[in-house]
Amino acid sequence: MALLEVQNLKKYFPVKKGVLSRSVGEVRAVDGVSFSLEKGETLGVVGESGCGKTTVGRCILRLIEPTSGEVIFNGRNLLQLGGEELRRIRASLQIIFQDPFSSLDPRMTVGQIIAEPIKNHLNVSKAEVRDRVAYLMERVGLHPEQMGRYPHEFSGGQHQRIGIARALALNPLAIVCDEPVSALDVSIQAQVMNLLAEIQEEMNLSYIFIAHDLSVVEHISDRVAVMYLGRIVETATDRDLYENPQHPYTQALLSAIPIPDPEIRRQKIILKGDVPSPLEPPSGCSFHTRCPERKEICTKERPAFKDLGGGHRVACHLR
Amino acid sequence: MNTDNEPLLAIRNLHTCFHVFEGVVNAVDGVDLEVPHGETVGLVGESGCGKSVTALSILRLLRCPPAEIQGQVIFHGRNLLDLDREGIRKIRGNAISMIFQEPMTSLNPVLTIGEQIAEAVRLHQGMSRREAWRWAEEMLRMVQIPGARARAREYPHKLSGGMRQRAMIAMALSCNPQLLLADEPTTALDVTIQAQIMSLMSNLKEEFGTSILLITHDLGVIAEMASRVIVMYAGKVVEEAPVKELFKEPLHPYTKGLLGSVPVIGRKAQTGRRLHEIPGTVPSLLEMPRGCRFHPRCPKMMDVCSGEEPPTIHMGGDRRVCCWLFAKT
Amino acid sequence: MGESTTANFHHVRTMRKDSRLRRNWAKLRRNKAALFGGALLLIYLVTAVLAPVLFPGNPSAPNLAKSLERPSFDNPLGTDELGRSILGRIIYGSRVSLLIAVGVVSVGLLVGVPLGLISGYYGGKVDFGIQRVTDMMLAFPGFLLALALVAVLGVGLKNTVISIGISMVPIYIRLVRGCVLSVREEVYVEAARAVGTRDPGILMRHILPNVMVPITVQTSLGMGTAILFAAGLGFLGVGVQPPTPEWGAMLGSGRVYLFNSPHVATFPGVAIFLSVLSFNLLGDGLRDALDPRFKL
Repeated sequence: MALLEVQNLKKYFPVKKGVLSRSVGEVRAVDGVSFSLEKGETLGVVGESGCGKTTVGRCILRLIEPTSGEVIFNGRNLLQLGGEELRRIRASLQIIFQDPFSSLDPRMTVGQIIAEPIKNHLNVSKAEVRDRVAYLMERVGLHPEQMGRYPHEFSGGQHQRIGIARALALNPLAIVCDEPVSALDVSIQAQVMNLLAEIQEEMNLSYIFIAHDLSVVEHISDRVAVMYLGRIVETATDRDLYENPQHPYTQALLSAIPIPDPEIRRQKIILKGDVPSPLEPPSGCSFHTRCPERKEICTKERPAFKDLGGGHRVACHLR
Repeated sequence: MNTDNEPLLAIRNLHTCFHVFEGVVNAVDGVDLEVPHGETVGLVGESGCGKSVTALSILRLLRCPPAEIQGQVIFHGRNLLDLDREGIRKIRGNAISMIFQEPMTSLNPVLTIGEQIAEAVRLHQGMSRREAWRWAEEMLRMVQIPGARARAREYPHKLSGGMRQRAMIAMALSCNPQLLLADEPTTALDVTIQAQIMSLMSNLKEEFGTSILLITHDLGVIAEMASRVIVMYAGKVVEEAPVKELFKEPLHPYTKGLLGSVPVIGRKAQTGRRLHEIPGTVPSLLEMPRGCRFHPRCPKMMDVCSGEEPPTIHMGGDRRVCCWLFAKT
Repeated sequence: MGESTTANFHHVRTMRKDSRLRRNWAKLRRNKAALFGGALLLIYLVTAVLAPVLFPGNPSAPNLAKSLERPSFDNPLGTDELGRSILGRIIYGSRVSLLIAVGVVSVGLLVGVPLGLISGYYGGKVDFGIQRVTDMMLAFPGFLLALALVAVLGVGLKNTVISIGISMVPIYIRLVRGCVLSVREEVYVEAARAVGTRDPGILMRHILPNVMVPITVQTSLGMGTAILFAAGLGFLGVGVQPPTPEWGAMLGSGRVYLFNSPHVATFPGVAIFLSVLSFNLLGDGLRDALDPRFKL
């Protein structure tokens, strides 16, 4: 059985207007997302801004309350848990944030930040907390002597290391990584990605790795889910996705990535227009407004999520 | 087009520093670079390496103080740093224009897109109000904004990120500049929109022969857009080479490290899951290491590196590198 | 294109170690007005603490033989209608006004800050309820509200403190709530929830410390207002009662002799002015020094 099973997850944000905050519509940020995550596996979630990938991550941890759906983690449906039970389960399901600096309380020392989850969940002595914090800092490549320093005294890459140490504090089973490297410089990005990979092997962790950069996602993931306007349009193994992309959106996304090799000259698929507003998603297949292969049926019917075999699934009428 | 051998823009020994509370920050420390006619030169480096400050120094778009700019910026035989306020104002947005990373902050929110473009043209080209407006519409059409006539009457917040960047490009190109300074023009955009903007910029460059100084941290964008590449680290140029040679055979250990640390899609099978990493972090501009600024992170560090600044070595084929490894003793 | 753009050298600012305190202190020190306010405040505090040393006699004991004397060597600021030294009463009055200022601000903080925290953090119906009451209280001018409360509670030092304190509560509620609303959305608050921190922990350890700067500034400004309000109540005769030396009451009783003995009203007025000024200048200085947007 999968460690984490997400079924038909939906999050609609009401759009309110005027003095009386009347609901005038809803933004379908996440509109029926399903996937599963095995123990020790990394599932990449990729998509452009506004596709709902960040909301999915937040909904899994219930940092945002989902509208409907199921999130089964370790055999329990998180969406039915009460406050205290949920609080306890957060020890084993963690998150790393995109902007590492803003995820650290500026008025707390690094030691206090990393100790917070330990103090929340375990009843241990001060010395034990200290030892654990020192161990964690060392593990993520920080100097334990710097425990008493404040976040603003560290660099961007170190901020993310602190965030990782905090997430690892209670030996979690899975971590949602929400754009963990997109705010970092290229050379630091590699350090953090290597660290995440090392820790994963060591602790047999599962990751949900959310990012907009397909090359980063493909690099770290075993399987990749491509999202567009609140829905998953394709899931495949990392290799399959690169070698045999099926959905026209995945194909466009792949061809749009600039490759750092001037010898490679590819014919790019350049999509027209912008991502439509999730306030008024297009009928049928939500990609049809930009799709180079659009057919009559695409504007009318929402495509089913078809299994092409080998775990490769795609939501497209033409495949 | 100009046929003589003079480059369009030549920066000689540019020093830009900031006087801040903690002391003096040498953001750009002796940079030399040239932008030839009709070429796209890529300026690449990580945050804090001084690439943006270099561009801002060219047009003197830094408030002085706290900034202080020294050196030479030769454009058409004149040093831009010697011009008076009026002189540099006539160049900005006219012969040299600039596009920024976040188009929203560089567009005026209370003027329509059309008004902003028209204003620039009226100012620099002395067109009448009506001519300028028509020109603005024409520019918006040229950057492929659908419904350009209607869009010209809209305010920046009504446009999407990609549309705003197009408008920004339209504004930058409205006076037919000879040089475009593009500071991370696609960084804030989604990949598919980035592809649109990149192809637009390439087409416009072909059409108008505009030279571009493209500043970015994204090696992929550099590889696809630039013909020459300049790599900066901690306020200094560490390497310069034609794009193909740089990617095929990087010389400076920093360039090598940078190229190795980017994940390239579809290469995991060959390179393995572990990325090459450059240890440590970019040094604080306030506490620069002595000697070569990269030496604390360099895998090939020698004794000399920590003591003396490396010389700039000119290699064959238009390459230069600033590293002791290549100094002939 | 803008006429001038400043480069973003944020990375430079965050790199240098532990310079935040030093920078704040340097910013405060460069602010001449704040320094002046601080110096005034220091004199004021020293006066209040050392009152018995500075003026050994009893400031409230009448000596009708010396009634309404002009300033002289014996009584540098002259005497009032009951022949008491005005200097002595101003010195002892500083204790009263300081007590009032501290008391009022404590009431405001103790009631206003928790309500503001709850209102901002939980939102919803609790917030709605607290905000409507706040709206009603803010509909009155602050002084009028304090006056009305005195009318209900009665005169005297304690009631003066309570009335003015309550009249200031809505200001603290509004201020804290506003700050909480923005801090609540910070990623580090979300991060604290994600590692299983309970609500009280989030409020006390993450939100409160991050809204302390505006509270500190408001506290300084609030003390000035408190002194002014207390003097106002004293002037009207509904504040601290005689014979306790209170500046407002002194001003009020001196008003009658304004033509022939102007010193009776003038000096207490100057004392009120200087003490209020000191808190306001310091408060403004603190705001500038602690506000990260105000760069050196």
